[in-house]
Amino acid sequence: MVDVLIIGAGASGAAVAWSLADTRMRILCLEQGDWVKSSDYPAHGRDWEARRYTDFDIHPNRRARPTDYPINEQNSVMKIANFNGVGGGTILWTAHFPRMHPSDFRVRSLDGVADDWPISYWDLEPFFDQNDHLVGVSGLPGDPGVPPRHPPMPPLPLGRTGTLYAKTMNKLGWHWWPSDSAIASMDYEGRGKCINLGHCTPGCAQGAKASADITYWPAALRAGVELRTQCRVREISLNAQGMANGAIYFDADGKEQFQPAEVVVLACNGIGTPRLLLNSASARFPQGLANSSGLVGRNLMLHPWPQIRGHVEDELDGDRGPMNVIWSKQFYETDPSRGFVRGYTMQFGRTTGLVNEAITSAAAGTLPWGRNHHKTYRGLVNRRLIIGIACEDLPEEHNRVTLDPELKDSHGIPAPRIDYTISENTARMMEHGIGRATEVLEAAGARNIYTSRTLLNSPGHLLGTCRMGNDPERSVVNAWSRSHDVKNLFIVDGSIWVTSGGVNPTSTIQALALYIADQMKRRLGNLFDED
Amino acid sequence: MADPRSERLTAEERDIFRRLIGIMIPADPEMALPSADDPLILEDCIATLGRDSAAIRILLADLKRFGFPDLPADQAEAKAMALLGENRTEVQALSRVVVAAYYRDDRVMLAYGREPRAPFPKGHVLPQGDWALLDSVKQKDPFWRDDRGA
Repeated sequence: MVDVLIIGAGASGAAVAWSLADTRMRILCLEQGDWVKSSDYPAHGRDWEARRYTDFDIHPNRRARPTDYPINEQNSVMKIANFNGVGGGTILWTAHFPRMHPSDFRVRSLDGVADDWPISYWDLEPFFDQNDHLVGVSGLPGDPGVPPRHPPMPPLPLGRTGTLYAKTMNKLGWHWWPSDSAIASMDYEGRGKCINLGHCTPGCAQGAKASADITYWPAALRAGVELRTQCRVREISLNAQGMANGAIYFDADGKEQFQPAEVVVLACNGIGTPRLLLNSASARFPQGLANSSGLVGRNLMLHPWPQIRGHVEDELDGDRGPMNVIWSKQFYETDPSRGFVRGYTMQFGRTTGLVNEAITSAAAGTLPWGRNHHKTYRGLVNRRLIIGIACEDLPEEHNRVTLDPELKDSHGIPAPRIDYTISENTARMMEHGIGRATEVLEAAGARNIYTSRTLLNSPGHLLGTCRMGNDPERSVVNAWSRSHDVKNLFIVDGSIWVTSGGVNPTSTIQALALYIADQMKRRLGNLFDED
Repeated sequence: MADPRSERLTAEERDIFRRLIGIMIPADPEMALPSADDPLILEDCIATLGRDSAAIRILLADLKRFGFPDLPADQAEAKAMALLGENRTEVQALSRVVVAAYYRDDRVMLAYGREPRAPFPKGHVLPQGDWALLDSVKQKDPFWRDDRGA
């Protein structure tokens, strides 16, 4: 028996484990994946770019490691990205670290759409700050586009690419600021500073990127938390009183085990968590555990993320640095004259190496095969600009995770099926962002301007499928993320999000996990009482 | 008959593959670049077909059906270019394999001014850039939407 059983060792599971450790409770985390050693990362080899399309692909269906589970995404215009292992999605991650904005928590009150969160930015602010220091964020205070914050390290260099973006944005008179990045710009808490290995997504061999396996987990383990890897949970079980009493899982040898627990915390991401709850249906909860609202799996938000690319005459940084350069909040807050509500962040990136330049330019039709290949390629390599439009994706119940009737993982557990479309509001927002990004690229002197709307872009932001709220009929968990239905079941991952904002979610996911852990600690004497 | 589950190409498939990728990325005398059917690059491609082998073998079978191995050079080039211009997942798989092997070849990397090495542990140098460009932005008033009191 353990006091707290955490399922999932990614960004949120790691943070909640670390925070709860000071209670001296017995805490166990089960993770279906494994540790990734620094020496496993592609940057150690000449094939580092190719491995982005094999064992370090962001798409689990393509990556197909033994620790992955399949996902039926045929009925979704966006593909699913994730990573299953200690650190979760932060292993394959660009480490952009913006926070949600205050207005993101008040969309109903401010803009008349979706729902307000039951908590505010200001409730989370101390946990954002705490997380920034624990993770190690590089950035610059003073950004007029976001609330005050104080990153503990200076920003990553602008480089040639960032300097060109900055000149162009100044020419247009639009806001820009160096991106907050969970990448060490100086030696930090035992981690070496970034040495510019290239695109950060397929893992950081240097350890400069703040994946949760090298930030929260070492501290949590030192504090006594136990972490068991290659343990895939099949089902949360209940006792006769309707309280969670543990989890049934397959261990590293494939043997079925039962782990009893007083409290169960789900941290499996916006797809894995509803999948597990739906797989835990019982006579008491025939629609799935904790699903009396019928909202488990619904309101999936994936952050449509158009990318607009072009090439300039002068050579830029290419892959000699992190992807993260600058952001713009120029179009973040609602302006009704634009024809949509809410907004987006523009993210300005460096690019990848020789191989990925050729692969993506060929796919875009910019780089021909045959006789003109080399002549064209010479004008492309190290000259690419790329702007991502991080669109707020509002919740819609028909966007959802269900269980696939046929597809199963390697343990025979039903796999998730995704049904997802892009709303009219988001589609208008996307086109607005594409138009503005095109203006930027044209002003920078770019040619070959190409837009990739959805299919190639999978940010892996899996949000909204077990939403937080005060009304048990309209939400799955309460304002401190305890299940309305099962009083000792908590959810701490991105599935609790009410709305998605127009930012990368990891900073807010981890701040929420720290907030929830703090709420639990404040209530240890009456944790299971009625609200 | 080739086993479609095998990652190994038959001798016939290998010949078609070699001819196809030689057309796909030919040599470039100006930069002294090899073609993709250079023996070293060809071997790298074949050794790394991996999970893309099934898709690539579909392309090779299509080319065989059209008599690609026996076509004269100009017709083979036309046929290959038409195939490569199709929007097919098999073409994307082929491009991944060929480009990955080609652009990590020492000769190619050196021609593009890159040291032929893995990124780690040496890394790269990234210049700071011009931070003075931020001065005008710093003068802007805060414009994030404060919800307190809303």
